[in-house]
Amino acid sequence: MSEPPLNPDAWHLLRDLAPKVLGSVMRRYRDFAACEDAVQEALLAASQQWPRDGLPDNPRGWLVQVASRRMVDQVRSDSARRLREHAAALDFGQVVAAASVESQADEDETLTLLFMCCHPSLTQASAVALTLRAVGGLTTAQIANAFLVPEATMAQRISRAKQTIRTSGIGFERPAARARAERLETVLRVLYLIFNEGYTASVGPRLQRVDLSSEAIRLARGVHRLAPDDTEVAGLLALMILTDARRDARSGPAGELVPLQQQDRSRWDRAAIDEGVALLSATLGRGRVGPYQLQAAVAAVHDEAARYEDTDWPQILALYTLLERMHDNPMVTLSRAIAVAMVRGPAAGLEMLDALAADERLAGNHRLDAVRGHLCEMAGNREAAVRHYLAAANRTTNTAERNYLLTQAATVREAGLGP
Amino acid sequence: MKYMLMMNVPGSGPYQIGGWPKADIQAHIGHMIALNKTLREAGEFVSAEGLSSPDQARLVRAGRDGAPITDGVFPESKEFLAGYWIVDVDSAARAYEIAAKASVAPGPGGAPLNMAIEVREVMSGPPTDML
Repeated sequence: MSEPPLNPDAWHLLRDLAPKVLGSVMRRYRDFAACEDAVQEALLAASQQWPRDGLPDNPRGWLVQVASRRMVDQVRSDSARRLREHAAALDFGQVVAAASVESQADEDETLTLLFMCCHPSLTQASAVALTLRAVGGLTTAQIANAFLVPEATMAQRISRAKQTIRTSGIGFERPAARARAERLETVLRVLYLIFNEGYTASVGPRLQRVDLSSEAIRLARGVHRLAPDDTEVAGLLALMILTDARRDARSGPAGELVPLQQQDRSRWDRAAIDEGVALLSATLGRGRVGPYQLQAAVAAVHDEAARYEDTDWPQILALYTLLERMHDNPMVTLSRAIAVAMVRGPAAGLEMLDALAADERLAGNHRLDAVRGHLCEMAGNREAAVRHYLAAANRTTNTAERNYLLTQAATVREAGLGP
Repeated sequence: MKYMLMMNVPGSGPYQIGGWPKADIQAHIGHMIALNKTLREAGEFVSAEGLSSPDQARLVRAGRDGAPITDGVFPESKEFLAGYWIVDVDSAARAYEIAAKASVAPGPGGAPLNMAIEVREVMSGPPTDML
C-alpha cells in the first residue's frame, strides 16, 4: 500500500468529499455498488492527477464529473439491465452542476450513506469494511492493510456486502423516524468496532498502516456534526477521544502493553483530554444518558487523576453501577468488580467474581481470570494470583496482552521469593 | 523464494514459558520482537503468527453428515506448532540462517533454547510463460 503522493491537506479534503460525492452520484444513478466503484475510481484519479496538475478550482465538481463519466462508461460497456434502464437519464452535465455546491442535502446524504453501510443485515466485518470505503474514502488496499488481511479477501468482503445491500433491497433513504434511534445505535457500534480494532492492534508496523482509531474518531466527529443533539453520538466521540488521549503511554519501547496503573501520565495528550471532558460536560444532563456517555465518564475520571492513587474510585463505581443497570453485560460487571475492590477491598470484589463465574457468557473468557489474578494479588494471595494470571495468559489471543500477563505472573511469583 | 519457518514445541499443555522467571520471559519476548524487526527492515518479512497454546487446540473431522466432530486435549508426547514465520529470501541458506536465529531464542537462565525449526519452501504459482 502506498498513500497517494498528495499533500496532507488535499488528502483530507479528498476524503471529506468522498461521502458527499457518493451521495450526489447516488442521488442520480441509485445503484449503490456501481456508484461506489465509480467514486473510488474518481478518488484514485484525483490522487494521481492533482499532484501533477494542481488542485482543481472546484474539487468536488471535478470528482462528481469523473465519477459520473465512469458511470456512463460502465453503462455503455455493461449489459446490466438495471443500468440500461437509467441510460435515458445519463446526461450528466445537469447532475454535475447540481452537485458541485455544498448543500444541506449533503449532510443528510452522508448520514443516509452511513445508515446504509451499517445496515443490520450486514455482518459486522462487512459493515466495518464498507463504512471505511464508502464513507471513509479509503481504498480497499488500505483497509486490507489495516486489518492485516490480503487485499483480495477484503475486496471480496466489500463486494459481498454490496451484494447483500442489493439483494435485501436496502434503499438509499433515511430510516423512518421510529427506526432511526435503533439504526443510529448500529452505526455507533460499527464506529466503536473500528476504534477498538485500531486500539488493540498495537503490534506490528503501525506507522505504515492507516490508523483505524484516528479514522473512527474522524468518522464520529462527522456523525456528531450531523446529529449534534444526539447525546450518545457525543458520548461515543468523547469516549474515543478520552481513550485515545492515553495512546502514547499505553505501550513501551518494544511495543509491550503498559497498564493504566503504570503509565507515565505526563505522556497523556492533555489537549485531547480537555476536548473530551468539555464535550462530555456539554452533553451530560442534556438528554438521554446512555452507555457511551457513562463509559466516557469513566474514562474522564481516569484521565483527570494526576496519579493512579488519586483515582476517584467511588465515582467510577457509581458510574459502573449505573451502566450495569442499563445493560446486562458481564463485562460491565467485571469492571464494576474492580471498582468494588478498589473502594471496599479485594474480598468484596472477589465475592462478585464468584457470582460471575457461573455466567455462561463469560465461560472461557480470559478477562475473568485476569481480573481474578489482579484481585488475588491485591489481597496478597500470591499463589492464586500467579495461577489466575497464567490461566488468563493461556487463554488470551492478543500477543501483547499475553506477554503482559506472563510478566505479571512472574513478577508476583518473584515477589514471593524474597530478595 | 518464500519459506515457512515452523516453531514446534513439545507437550500438549500450556506453554512452559509461564513458569519462567520474569527476566527470562522478557529476554525471550525481546528476542522475538527484535528478530521480526530485523526481518521487516530487511524486506524479508511476509507474515508471522504465534498460536494460542496446545491445550486450546481441537482436532476436527467431518462426521458422516459433514458436520464437524471435534476432539480435544492430546497426549503429552505430541509436538505442537507454536508459531510460524513466512519469509521471502534469496536463498535457502538465508532461510536457514533466519531459522537459526529463531532457534537460539533465550530460555530459562538466558541459555539458548536451540529449538528445532522446521523449514519448508512455499510452493509458488506456475511460471507465467506456461499460462
